[in-house]
Amino acid sequence: MALSGIQIYKLLPQTNCKDCGFPTCLAFAMKLAAKQVELAACPHVGDDAKAQLSEASEPPVRLVSLKSNGYEVKAGNEVVLFRHEKTFYNKPGLFIRLRDTESPDEIKTRVAAADGYKVIYVGRELALDGFAVEAASRTPAAFSAAINAVRQISHRPLILISRDPAIMAAGLRLVDGERPLMVGADAANWQAMGDLAKQHGAALAVTADTLDGLADLTVKLKDLGVQDLVLDPTAQRLGASLALNTQIRRLALRKNFRPLGYPVIAFPGDADEPAQESILAAHAIAKYAGFIVLDHFAPETAYPLLVLRENIFTDPQKPIQVQPGVYEINNPNADSPVLVTTNFSITYFSVANEVESSGLPAWLVVTDAEGMSVLTAWAAGKFDAERIAKAIKTFNVADKVSVKRVVLPGHVAVLSGELENELPDWEIRVGPREAVDLPAFIKQSL
Amino acid sequence: MSAEIPKDSWSGTVRTVTLGATPAEGGTRSHVVTVGGQKTLPFMHFEQVAPNRPVVAVEIKDRCPEDWSPLLLEVWGDAAISPAAWAKQAEAAGAHVLVLALSLTGDDGKPTTPQAAVAATKAVLEASGLPLLVFGPGQAEADNELLVAVAEATKGERIALGICEDKNYRTIVAAALANGHCVTARSPMDVNLAKQLNILIHDMGLPLDRILMDPTTGALGYGIEYGYSVMERLRLAALQGDAMTQLPMIVTPGFEAWKTKESKVGRDVPEAWGDWRERAITWETLTAVTLIESGADIVVLRHPESVRRVRQAIDDLMTVPETV
Repeated sequence: MALSGIQIYKLLPQTNCKDCGFPTCLAFAMKLAAKQVELAACPHVGDDAKAQLSEASEPPVRLVSLKSNGYEVKAGNEVVLFRHEKTFYNKPGLFIRLRDTESPDEIKTRVAAADGYKVIYVGRELALDGFAVEAASRTPAAFSAAINAVRQISHRPLILISRDPAIMAAGLRLVDGERPLMVGADAANWQAMGDLAKQHGAALAVTADTLDGLADLTVKLKDLGVQDLVLDPTAQRLGASLALNTQIRRLALRKNFRPLGYPVIAFPGDADEPAQESILAAHAIAKYAGFIVLDHFAPETAYPLLVLRENIFTDPQKPIQVQPGVYEINNPNADSPVLVTTNFSITYFSVANEVESSGLPAWLVVTDAEGMSVLTAWAAGKFDAERIAKAIKTFNVADKVSVKRVVLPGHVAVLSGELENELPDWEIRVGPREAVDLPAFIKQSL
Repeated sequence: MSAEIPKDSWSGTVRTVTLGATPAEGGTRSHVVTVGGQKTLPFMHFEQVAPNRPVVAVEIKDRCPEDWSPLLLEVWGDAAISPAAWAKQAEAAGAHVLVLALSLTGDDGKPTTPQAAVAATKAVLEASGLPLLVFGPGQAEADNELLVAVAEATKGERIALGICEDKNYRTIVAAALANGHCVTARSPMDVNLAKQLNILIHDMGLPLDRILMDPTTGALGYGIEYGYSVMERLRLAALQGDAMTQLPMIVTPGFEAWKTKESKVGRDVPEAWGDWRERAITWETLTAVTLIESGADIVVLRHPESVRRVRQAIDDLMTVPETV
């Protein structure tokens, strides 16, 4: 739990010596509370205070990052239970699981499909994060062959799954220099797994089916010197997973309960039937997982999951924006109408969907209104004649059409006079207020 | 190291709303469906087991909806041209309740008449014993004309009439009051607007246990995060004791998901979108399950496979885990 400036002040020497560069200890404490300076700037603080302050400055959910050549997947550092309270920060990594009982060729085929998968959503390119390899064969040779097969195709971060330290060691040797996640440590093998994690700089997931069991393992491993831990509560059904993940997040945030202050890993692929896998994965995205391991990759389920992850992890203070520009709807030509709207994603989608489903061709000019809807942006001065004219000019709309005529949203009819001044060659028309009325307007009035 | 589970204890309770009336209660339904009654955030059974489960409503129409996705028309087949047959098939697909959504016009292209709306409603009531919700076409004049006739012709059935909005609720609420029905109250993704509409409807004399609130949602990819967070905030407010937010929530993920391009269109879309049918069903299912976890009490769906999957998810969510 973060300490207040006053609480920090009580731990400082309170001599106002100015050696830290601030006029008083209180001023320094306030800067510390705001995380704008490091405690090390004070040369006089005692060891006791140091320990307390560094403990308190740790995030309630530890940040754990997996790394490989050129890639990083981060989980943790979350500070709220509900996204509207602030925001969720680190999107859970989505991994595809391979088992070493599959042949290297099968593995390569599956990895290639998932590794190369990209999909565009509101102008962003979305992709999966990495692969999990499970030693289902229980032999080091098969496990190594499977990891090599993955690495021949993909350089994305890895999760290695085996409860046998000897098999895990064989796998880790192949990915030296990376930071994979090992799954996992249990009550029987935790010491050997902990040693391996330290030796290879890997993150380590602990597996137990009760919170006490998980906490017990993280405490022991932390004492052993393993810091980057992940929790595997092994809940395979929605209800149990929701309860456990909520309890873990609550304990970490509200009680500052360190033994459970780590990201959670979920295995939706363990579902009884494939159709439930995407539901469990969606649940894990919204309800607190940091790493999600799927057994099946298919574009038709990867796409909705990647979109859900974008949606849930959108900062509520900063709405999703679409890239300003000219969007072509239904293959427009020189005779098609020019429509104007803002770059707030929901506004854009309302307009684009209505026009698209009507089958009518149009050019949709999306202006940079800092992600606000038409009325909000107009009220804030982010959607005015100047900005609209600038968009029309910057995106060379005049070159695309034979009739220079632009349709304004009905809510900003008031801008038409100013826009005529800004765009003297253009005819300015006022369209309907609501997107739903656009197709009728285009048919009847243009 | 022993962890003491942090349990919330709330002063507020979500009200219950019962849909449908059996012959003993003055209706003809084979059973009633009750939603709401929670004293905790969704599915926190370790604090208190929820008394009622979320329910799946299936949306059917009074005439074949030509603007629906071909995937939906194909799966419902011939049933989609007869409200009675559609009702039976929706019940067989696993609907807990039915939503009959009236069309603006009939097969002849002329406005739907009150007589036709009543006939379709009665056909559905005869074909299936499930509790019913009836939604108007969504234009104030037509809604009022059709829903008043439907309300009078089904007096005592305790159906839910929708959709009340701030611009048009008085006539619908009066019809519900006079004939023993419930209403659904839709507000545009805003906690205060939702409260305000509930207050206006309650002020007309309709008891709170006859109002379902519809905070509106976007589909996955089309604003679901707004609806999601508004629903979480409404449920938190309800549990904190704010009386005008203590109503069960109904949302329409079927309607929202099936109007997206991802669900509606199968051709000329990016290859990365994958198989059309599975994508469309996943779109509807994930929208629905995400909203159920944020507090939805009734989800209105359109595809029978989504109904099956969402029902299974609800079963899972309602299973009280032994280890926690």
